[in-house]
Amino acid sequence: MPKNIDIKKILVIGSGPIVIGQAAEFDYSGTQACESLREEGYTVILANSNPATIMTDHTVADKVYMEPLTIEFLKKIIQKEQPDALLPTLGGQTGLNLAIELEQAGILKEYGVTLLGSSLDAIEKAEDREKFRSLMKEINEPVPDSRIVTTVEEALNFASDIGFPLIVRPAYTLGGTGGGMCYDQKQLKEITRAGLSLSPMNQCLIEKNIAGFKEIEFEVLRDKNDQAIVVCDMENVDPVGIHTGDSIVVAPSQTLSDQAYQLLRNASLKIIRALKIEGGCNVQLALDPDSLTYYIIEVNPRVSRSSALASKATGYPIAKVAAKIAVGLTLDEIMNPMTNTTGMFEPTLDYIVTKFPRFPFDKFTSGNRYLGTQMKATGEIMALGRSFTESLLKGIRSIDIGAEEFKLKHIEELSDTTIIDKLKRADDERIFVLAEAFRRGMTVDDIHHWTKINHYFLHQLNSIITLEKKLIENELSEELLQEAKKVGLSDCHISRLTDQTADDIFQLRRETNLFPVYKMVDTCAAEFESVTPYFYSTYEYENESNQSKRKKVLILGSGPIRIGQGIEFDYATVHSVLAVKEMGYEAIIMNNNPETYSTDFTISDKLYFEPLTLEDVMNVIELEKPEGVIVQFGGQTAINLAAGFERHGINILGTSLESIDRAEDRDKFEQLLNDLNLLRPKGKTVLRLEEAFEVANDIGYPVLVRPSYVIGGSRMEIIHGDDELQTYLEKSVGVNSEHPVLIDKYLTGIEVEIDAISDGETTIVPGIMEHIERAGVHSGDSIAVYPPQRVTEHIRNACMEATRRLTEELNVKGLINIQFIIKDHHVYVLEVNPRSSRTIPFLSKITGVTMANLATKCILGAKLADLGFKTGILPEGDYVATKVPVFSFEKLRSVDTTLGPEMKSTGEAIGYDSTLEKALYKGLVASGISIPTEGSVLLTVADQDKQEAREIAKSFFELGFKLYATKGTALNLQEIGLPVIQVDKIGSDNDHVLSLIRNQSVQFVINTLSSGRQPRSEGFMIRRESVENGIACLTNLDTARAILRVIDSNSFSARPMINKEVVQL
Amino acid sequence: MNKRRLVLEDGTVMDGIGFGYQGEVNGEMIFNTGMTGYEHVLSDPSYCGQLVVMTSPKISTNGINQSDCVSSYMNGLIVKDYGNSPNRSQDAKDLNSFLLDQQIPGLANIDTRMLTKHIRQFGTLKGSIVDADTPIDMTIKKLKSVKDSSDHVQKVSTQKPYVIPGKGANIVIIDLGMKHSILKELTARDCQVTVVPYNYSADQILQLKPDGILISSGPGNPKNLPETIATIQQLPRHIPVFGIGLGHQVMALALGADTEKMLNGHHGNNYPVKDLLKQKSYMTSQNHLYSVSRNSLRNTDLEITHIGLNEDSIEGLRHKSYSYFSVQFQPEGKPGPEDMHYLYDEFLIKIQHHQAKNEEDVYAEKY
Repeated sequence: MPKNIDIKKILVIGSGPIVIGQAAEFDYSGTQACESLREEGYTVILANSNPATIMTDHTVADKVYMEPLTIEFLKKIIQKEQPDALLPTLGGQTGLNLAIELEQAGILKEYGVTLLGSSLDAIEKAEDREKFRSLMKEINEPVPDSRIVTTVEEALNFASDIGFPLIVRPAYTLGGTGGGMCYDQKQLKEITRAGLSLSPMNQCLIEKNIAGFKEIEFEVLRDKNDQAIVVCDMENVDPVGIHTGDSIVVAPSQTLSDQAYQLLRNASLKIIRALKIEGGCNVQLALDPDSLTYYIIEVNPRVSRSSALASKATGYPIAKVAAKIAVGLTLDEIMNPMTNTTGMFEPTLDYIVTKFPRFPFDKFTSGNRYLGTQMKATGEIMALGRSFTESLLKGIRSIDIGAEEFKLKHIEELSDTTIIDKLKRADDERIFVLAEAFRRGMTVDDIHHWTKINHYFLHQLNSIITLEKKLIENELSEELLQEAKKVGLSDCHISRLTDQTADDIFQLRRETNLFPVYKMVDTCAAEFESVTPYFYSTYEYENESNQSKRKKVLILGSGPIRIGQGIEFDYATVHSVLAVKEMGYEAIIMNNNPETYSTDFTISDKLYFEPLTLEDVMNVIELEKPEGVIVQFGGQTAINLAAGFERHGINILGTSLESIDRAEDRDKFEQLLNDLNLLRPKGKTVLRLEEAFEVANDIGYPVLVRPSYVIGGSRMEIIHGDDELQTYLEKSVGVNSEHPVLIDKYLTGIEVEIDAISDGETTIVPGIMEHIERAGVHSGDSIAVYPPQRVTEHIRNACMEATRRLTEELNVKGLINIQFIIKDHHVYVLEVNPRSSRTIPFLSKITGVTMANLATKCILGAKLADLGFKTGILPEGDYVATKVPVFSFEKLRSVDTTLGPEMKSTGEAIGYDSTLEKALYKGLVASGISIPTEGSVLLTVADQDKQEAREIAKSFFELGFKLYATKGTALNLQEIGLPVIQVDKIGSDNDHVLSLIRNQSVQFVINTLSSGRQPRSEGFMIRRESVENGIACLTNLDTARAILRVIDSNSFSARPMINKEVVQL
Repeated sequence: MNKRRLVLEDGTVMDGIGFGYQGEVNGEMIFNTGMTGYEHVLSDPSYCGQLVVMTSPKISTNGINQSDCVSSYMNGLIVKDYGNSPNRSQDAKDLNSFLLDQQIPGLANIDTRMLTKHIRQFGTLKGSIVDADTPIDMTIKKLKSVKDSSDHVQKVSTQKPYVIPGKGANIVIIDLGMKHSILKELTARDCQVTVVPYNYSADQILQLKPDGILISSGPGNPKNLPETIATIQQLPRHIPVFGIGLGHQVMALALGADTEKMLNGHHGNNYPVKDLLKQKSYMTSQNHLYSVSRNSLRNTDLEITHIGLNEDSIEGLRHKSYSYFSVQFQPEGKPGPEDMHYLYDEFLIKIQHHQAKNEEDVYAEKY
């Protein structure tokens, strides 16, 4: 059937900022889909507010609108562009929900826009629990006992009917936000209440618990001719009860008989047919491990995280095919050029894929780490191997949590009882707990009893431990080493067991020529000849990755998405790869993130889907012998490998390791700034406790304190006095010569950030950004504004001069990111990162300079002067852009939302317009904050902020807002004559501060952190309650001021006339 | 560890570890790309005489369910790895002891992807599983002298007819190496089924007064079955006939078409086939090394009903005037997709139509 020729222009809605449950996978699938549609000759209009994506590059669509993803703005886009059709199934839950809203608001009808992909009816049938259940009943597919509730009472009634445990699932929320398992009435009340307020439909499903069943997923495609296929099936190693996004998942399923497989396959196909979806769909099923009883858990009528994973796992481009189906092509008409098969093809795998979630608990140490139905992972990795153990161990190496093997040190120290508890109730360290349990001799049967993990997987895990013992007890013979490598043990793992260094093992392998071979991912298990340049390593005979005679460059990706190292790095990696190709080299990329665009095998000349450890990279280097390695786009993951490369004599392209070190090592950094005559906040490293107080008082409070051995702002705090310092030192760190503490002067100036490109001679700064929040809030969590609004020409030039001196001294080739503080007309250098940063995509898009591309050319020897550039800041545009952070707090219970030196945001949104106020408005709205121009504000601020809060409260009052405040704050505000309603403390019988929030009586909460960190303090509860109820909680007065500015520009206050008589002549 | 090796007639040697039966064996090399249902592959008589390479890297994670797999006719099984399934259910066996019982050699620890690519390139070579110390030259010499055996169907077909009683249509299955699951499809539809040997004559079959005849799938070259071909040619044209796999090829030969050997054949669960009558494509399970030649259809009364999407191969035929139809794939799946189950229903519908028509004819004759 031919494609639809009635439509010419298609609007694609992206998924917006990255949040937990909706991450980089939508960049990958969205970009793929846009390209697929353009390939068919359609004009593509894209709406997406996420600047960090490849999808919003102007080359991906015919027109890109980085506007907030709200009805208000989409309507404007539709009005302006008059698209013929809308494709909403590629933008995750956000895209789907917007399509529903657009339809309900009558906008699609008004402008004659056809909906492609899934019909609204299908979306509703899949998403609305009641409709879904009745459809399942109609087609005779089983679903677990459940009831839809709209009140907590109904939930309790249902519980008394069928008993506990139960699962609560709020309707229409992404990543199962707000859902959870309940074992008693109290939990049920709590979770249902939160779930109801989070659900846009005010609806929750309370469901019979089928924990312990196998959780199986099918990725299904269907076209308008009712042809349907399964692209991939996946089995969760963790049984039902843990969100699939947080589970370890293998593909294909490993423990299903053909009978069970076909049963579930038939059910999945039946469902996609019943829903009449034209495109992709994800079906999650639960299968009784002891029978053929199964239930349908959930259906996602769209491209999803799992479909991105399935695409990478099989090599079948689901989003690309789904987009073509959406415009009317059928599966048998779509060709797969790699294997000469059509889209009507179910891939067969001759390898095993393992997906591991990446959790943010290295940042959120106080977060609730138990796993349940609410997804908590920020990202994931994928590993391929020819056996489950090989694939699993690669997976562990890839998650980049500092464990290159099957072990976490602190788990070794836990008691047996704790281990058993942790087995019974899974947390993010589950796989390491399982390893430890086997090391202690716990049996497969017992562990199965506690975890309900299938015996097969447990036996496989146990076999690794058995091999560990063999390695400990025996001399490391060539044969034993071979066996260990085949099972998948890393050099590092083997070295620990045999008391050697990883380099020793590497040397040993070199002597015996024991290197992995690389196999191709070709969708068809070698049945057809394929040219897919997509490889993974294994220890077998035939190597399929042949080397061309071309000069090669290896580019390292940044691994899993995590807080602080997000999709921005993948964006830069992709551009670097493209630039390497442009420069005539063969571009080889290594990465392990299945969600991202960089691991689409069509981007590079060759893709190695591998862990990013020294061993794994060295193996590829041994084979490919590239000219060198580019590390500066792969975030800290790649930078951390630089020292190892140097040791092995590998050429690092771009800025040298020595320069990286001079910027990262505290002492060398100090020396560097001194040499260059640049200012930095006063500070000192202390080794003894007493010394800390001395230094702090000498520098003068407030000071910024952090342990020296952690990077990226972890455990960094602002300290205002001796008391707080005492608490901090006692609580978080023991000070000694091995663990020194750094104390710096905390400067409350304006923070300014620069990204520069240099070839070592010429240095250009495409743009300077200014942060709305004062220094002290992590740059990734601040609102950034381009161009700077409060920084003079003189200061800008001073920043440029500092940048020039630094790039010259460090002989920077490529990118460098520098953060400054401007205080009293002085420029202080805060931090220097000689690598790609989080702000590269934002800056590239707003300035039009493809920074990663230029930087890569510099790395490969191009001269900026030859390209027509001169050292300096490039001319500013006559518009304003804001970058607003987006958080996933609603998914991370017990994480404090207050902003500080530690980064907490998971994504970012852009606001782009002619004035600061407009750009701020768009950015804030795009980030999910609603900005009502009237209503109420609750203020509860720390003593040190009371003075500043007065001014803010006054402005809100003048704009017509009603003021609420807690006692201290209220008294303070009353002093300047503001009418404030004093609110009772938590626990009071009257309406108190939490009930005010819970009843949605306020639109904004302004709360600043008193002192130190007391996670269970009243402030904490206020902040959490705001998040759970979807109310903007501003923990920084600068953010509050920015919002005020926006409200002010959107509304009019009543102003009395100036009394003219007073004017004296 | 039991070091054994695979030797191919072109001189390729791959070392592995033996399991199952330890005897020396040779056969035609084929690879199967299915990810599930290796038990059904083991028990499918169509693999008689072959050395089967599984492309899925681990076979038998949960043991062999005896109800899915009673016996096997393949000559050898070659895998990357297999499970010893310590936690299989009580009525399940592990793969190693199953192969031992069946006297079938297994070879593990083989780079099966490399082997598959080799077979893909050079076609179905002959191979031999031998002990590691067997001289390679000798093995190759032996392999080259081995004649293609032509008696696979004789080995796997039933010796005597047997009946599975039922209340519905009376069906005769000509057993060329029938999978048990074909029988199940018919008994599930209440048919009375008589399974007869491959060399049962037309007269013998007609004595059973069949409402419909099914020619089953099976192993080897269809041209080795002149008796069966003759039988089909002698059948009265009015009885519906359904051919599957080898049965499809035999039917085509009987009706004047020709067959040819393929380079690799099709063995797996993911072959897309388009039903030209419905204009719709489905996934099918297949295992065949021979196929009907397209050009040979020109002077016959056969028309193509199904084509393969990967290579435009002929996957289904029907007679322009008789109620004869056949498919190259296995519509019952097991292993593999059951998307085309409906063909069994269509077979029964054809029988009903035919019966109704018969009654009409009888009525017309009477009056």
